[in-house]
Amino acid sequence: MPTGKVVNILLQLNQIHKVFNEGTPDEKTALHRIDLHLKPGDFMTVIGSNGAGKSTLMNMISGKLIPDIGEVLVDGTDVTLVKEHKRSRLIGRVFQDPMAGTAPSMTIEENLAIAYSRTMARGLRKGVSKKRRDFFQEKLEMLHLGLENRLSAKVGLLSGGERQALSLLMATFTEPKILLLDEHTAALDPARAELITSLTKEIVETYKLTTLMVTHNMQQALDLGNRLIMMDKGQIIFETNEDQKKDLTVEKLLEEFQKIRGEKMSSDKAVLI
Amino acid sequence: MPTAIFGSIEAGAIYALMALGVYLSFRILDFPDLTVDGSFVTGASVAAVMIVGGYNPFLATMTALLAGFAAGCLTGLLHTKGKINALLSGILMMIALYSINLRIMGKSNVPLLSEETAITKLTAFWQGLGIDQAIQSLFGALGMGFIPKTWGILILMLILAFAAKVLIDLFLKTDIGLAIRATGDNETMIRSFSADTDILKIAGLGISNALVAFSGALVAQYNGFSDVGMGIGMIIIGLASVIIGEAIFGAKTIVRATLAVIGGAILYRIIVTLALRVEFLETGDMKLITAVIVIGALILPKLIQQQKEKQRKRRRLAEAKKTNAYGKSGEHLAAIKSDS
Repeated sequence: MPTGKVVNILLQLNQIHKVFNEGTPDEKTALHRIDLHLKPGDFMTVIGSNGAGKSTLMNMISGKLIPDIGEVLVDGTDVTLVKEHKRSRLIGRVFQDPMAGTAPSMTIEENLAIAYSRTMARGLRKGVSKKRRDFFQEKLEMLHLGLENRLSAKVGLLSGGERQALSLLMATFTEPKILLLDEHTAALDPARAELITSLTKEIVETYKLTTLMVTHNMQQALDLGNRLIMMDKGQIIFETNEDQKKDLTVEKLLEEFQKIRGEKMSSDKAVLI
Repeated sequence: MPTAIFGSIEAGAIYALMALGVYLSFRILDFPDLTVDGSFVTGASVAAVMIVGGYNPFLATMTALLAGFAAGCLTGLLHTKGKINALLSGILMMIALYSINLRIMGKSNVPLLSEETAITKLTAFWQGLGIDQAIQSLFGALGMGFIPKTWGILILMLILAFAAKVLIDLFLKTDIGLAIRATGDNETMIRSFSADTDILKIAGLGISNALVAFSGALVAQYNGFSDVGMGIGMIIIGLASVIIGEAIFGAKTIVRATLAVIGGAILYRIIVTLALRVEFLETGDMKLITAVIVIGALILPKLIQQQKEKQRKRRRLAEAKKTNAYGKSGEHLAAIKSDS
């Protein structure tokens, strides 16, 4: 571990440890001394069964939760104690629930304006100016959903897939340092999930975003990104680098999982596929 | 009768400022803020005491507005930093303000009848313009006998209410305004876009109560007194205005909704004036009337909606029966029934 500022690591988790309900019968170690390093442009997929600690890990990075031990560094700066809303200047997020990432009673352009002003101090500037509207229109075309012609439609009128596509665009078009995707296709039907997956790929490549994606879908975890980790019981139990990932298949992953946690295999298989 | 209606429109325009404040907290921030009952009187008492103390009535009114802003911010602090439930933090501030208002006034009632107020000054200014005579002669030419003392208050207060409306419309379209709206709409979302929802709520409640206190200050000057009990039930009057306005004028966009709130505030005053002319109702029944109006405005639209829905279904079923007169397609009917 080199000391001082590490420039070529964008996201760094050092010894992150989190215990829920400490000292009660419900005590649960959600994360067990996790170390994780992402280089600029890395796209890491995270798989694991329910309760493995994937969401807790995401919440540590976004700032929703603060670790008991350990530190979170973004671009060399310690942000462990920086509040969620301040940290979100650097971090874009898309949630599992398509309703969570947008404001339903506001229009598409107003939602985009909110996302647009993420990186700046909000003032009394007009939210949707002519210049911004043109910019939004251009960005919406990336989604191929025709939303660029419905700028003043209320977001609550959009379908789940459209809302999630909009959420994805809103989380990314200001080019955050880190993008967190928390099972963002899990609540969609297969066709919509496929659409969001390909959009994710396109957008991440366009902006070269450093991305961490949690998914329950092993095939998706293999198709996307250059790195993969598997979590179980609050620990990273399996990790691949770029070259290994290319040769991975769902079968090999399951085999790997069986080797490490053989006894749990039968019950977890259903959850993992 | 025309005089009473005229008076209720005048009062309605002043109360519209309060209703706009309630609209901000209740609809935009989705925060049922009961501070209003207290901050309305805070505005009235600050203005009254300053006017009696010899300050310029316009300065007094502006100070009242700031006092309301402070009260609203305190409610916001209780809720966000103190983590107290929204309703409870409003009620706590309302109770606290009751005592504070008594302290400000030093007694429970401050009369302003012999003072020079913003209202008397505006009336004098208006009468200097000579527009009253023009309107009066026009009315005379049309053969209408009704002659109010002055049109000034009505027109100036309407201008004020519309100015407030336009400012609110513009504000809610700025970056901060959009963030405040999103805070009331989807807190998870706006927090993930680097907005401090605590600050936004505090600011939103501050602005809301500033409008309420502003309205309170003007009502005190319009009625000629400030009284510690004048705010009781104010939140319900505000809600009544918002709900009636939205039900009648619609609330599709912000611009439309704020206009509806002004309309609702005036309509509410007219309804109450008319209700009080019913033989067996007394002035003391006003709160009851208000409650009944709000209950009606909340329930009626739903009933009407249900009724429409039923009629629509019945019609579609009848149509379906007609097309399937020989009753071979039961599936088709089932599909229509389940489609609501």
